[in-house]
Amino acid sequence: MGEQLLQLLFSGLTLGGIYSVIALVLVITYKITGILNLALGEFLVLGALLTVTFKTMGMPLIAASLLAMLAVALIAGALERLTVNKVRGASGLTMLIITIGIAIALRGLALLIWGTDTYSLPAFTSSKSIIAGGAALNPQSIWVLLLAGITLIGVNLFFGRTYWGKAVTASVLSPTGARLQGINLSTISLAAFIFSGALATAAGICIGPVTMITYDMGFMLGVKGFIAATIGGLGSVSGAVIGGLILGLLEAYSSGLISSGLNDAISIIILLAVLMIRPEGILGAIRTRRV
Amino acid sequence: MKRKIKGLTGMAVILLLVVSLVLGGCSSSDKPSNGTGGQAESYKIGAILDISGTSSSLGVPERDTLLMMVDKINAQGGIQGHPIELLIEDNKSDETEAVLAANKLIEKDVVAILGCSASGTTMAIVKPVQNAKIPLISMAAASSIVEPVAERQWVFKTAQSDIIMIKKIMEYLQKNSMTKIAFMYMNNAYGDNGKKAIEAAATQSGVSIVVEEKFDATDNDMTPQLTKVKSSGAQAVVVWAIPPSASILTKNFKELGLTIPLIHSHGVGNQKFIELAQGAADGVILPIGKMIVADQIADSDPQKAVLTQYITDYQNKYQSMPNSFGGYAADALSILVAAIEKAGTDPAALRDQLEKTQGLVGVSGIFTMTEQDHNGLSEDSTVMVQIENDKWKLLQ
Repeated sequence: MGEQLLQLLFSGLTLGGIYSVIALVLVITYKITGILNLALGEFLVLGALLTVTFKTMGMPLIAASLLAMLAVALIAGALERLTVNKVRGASGLTMLIITIGIAIALRGLALLIWGTDTYSLPAFTSSKSIIAGGAALNPQSIWVLLLAGITLIGVNLFFGRTYWGKAVTASVLSPTGARLQGINLSTISLAAFIFSGALATAAGICIGPVTMITYDMGFMLGVKGFIAATIGGLGSVSGAVIGGLILGLLEAYSSGLISSGLNDAISIIILLAVLMIRPEGILGAIRTRRV
Repeated sequence: MKRKIKGLTGMAVILLLVVSLVLGGCSSSDKPSNGTGGQAESYKIGAILDISGTSSSLGVPERDTLLMMVDKINAQGGIQGHPIELLIEDNKSDETEAVLAANKLIEKDVVAILGCSASGTTMAIVKPVQNAKIPLISMAAASSIVEPVAERQWVFKTAQSDIIMIKKIMEYLQKNSMTKIAFMYMNNAYGDNGKKAIEAAATQSGVSIVVEEKFDATDNDMTPQLTKVKSSGAQAVVVWAIPPSASILTKNFKELGLTIPLIHSHGVGNQKFIELAQGAADGVILPIGKMIVADQIADSDPQKAVLTQYITDYQNKYQSMPNSFGGYAADALSILVAAIEKAGTDPAALRDQLEKTQGLVGVSGIFTMTEQDHNGLSEDSTVMVQIENDKWKLLQ
């Protein structure tokens, strides 16, 4: 029994790592621009598929990854200029619908280019699992958790320690005040989208060896990331990581101990529970302040 | 200006009505032949395939196979001088689209319909086809497509039923004296059918299922379910799934260090499964049609010549290996053509003739249909294979 619990812990951490990374990217964009970007899952898929293509063209994995990150960053930036930037100042709901539109368009594009095939990416290091206490841990899970950790630290440093980080936080809290201080909101929004495109691609490359990649997997990953972010509190970067891990562990333990096939139901129940009991999330930073 | 446009639209509508009345008036029988002069009227055969969408890996080789075969038949003078006119519809792997396509083909007075590629989409068109009394030959696996036959008078199918595959697996287990198995299946129509079939077969063969676990097609990690299997004392794991989830499961199986035999279904019978499992597929055992090991079966096998011919034709035309799904399409068309040759195109006569198909050697097996069996394949259509160094090896 102990062995089984440990195995489920490892499995939950793998899933949790995946959800954390996606939730992180979601929260970062939200913190910077106030936009809940639901096209994030599609950025991730696009990045991973581009990496596969570059790799089959003969590039080493690292070069292919970097090139894909650059490409998706540019695409994300272009999309921001073409859509979000045109309706600056519109309501959050409008922005949300725009990002859903972007998601549908990107999914259609991926279907046209890559078809319905499933693609795989090689694991970064040996795919032989590490056996600890009788349970097996996939080395790629460590890479996923590492990416979540590094991003978390990097982003916390950025928001807490740097001038630009503080400027960004200020601009979200009070757009007018920030503009009066000479902060260009439009540039900040563009930078946020470019960054989220690159980071989503990195996440896609990290989780690709574990999940495989299909053109339509972005939506469900985006939803799980959103739930993870909500559990943690939409505005909290650390909350996103914690939310992701909680969601992953709950899914693993529920399918291992109760019944498999419950996964998606569990995540939705958790989302509803969080929204009813503690809408601000576990580390809620979002304040229901209306201006 | 506006009124003018309205007038124009009205005129266009009337014109269209007149044209359609005139065209509808002259029935398809006196449609002029395609210019070659003196050629007999063509036979319209409909095909509804999952060409795009989630089952496209099934539908695309089926489309390619049908196009290739129709070209060949027409080049050789068609069916008793009648060229085949193939009407292909893409159902986009969607049940609603499949029904729309079926209605469309029925309106076009096709002789028979081939399809669909997957169990779900086929089930959707069973009713419209039954009502229209047009023969349907499906290329999908679930045995419920043709059973109960009393309610599926007009429906036939060419893919081996899960029941045959499971019989083969049970034989394998008994031969290796394994009595306790774990069963894992996909949470969809394919997996549910496999589950029903294995539960029925297990009690008969004295095999007990000690763990039964399901997972979703979109799941990324089956380690939790496999952990249960590990501690259950099962002597083998039987899995009913298709890639990518089947590949992920196989990877997890190796990662957990499980050493008992891993038996998959014919759902993993393409190279993609091996590729996605990234080396973990070695040692996997499964029952499947003979095509994948066509070069390894005995020359005396009655299917050898048909298999070799189909593979050569396909490779010459498309420069790639065909797979079992294309084979199902090849068989569907062969069976239909053979029946038309004998009974003509009257739907009722054609249906009766299809039911009398006897010993037709196809790509997926030797078809012998009866009033009780609209699939017509027996266990000898299937072999057990093992994956070795990313290649398929025939198990004796």
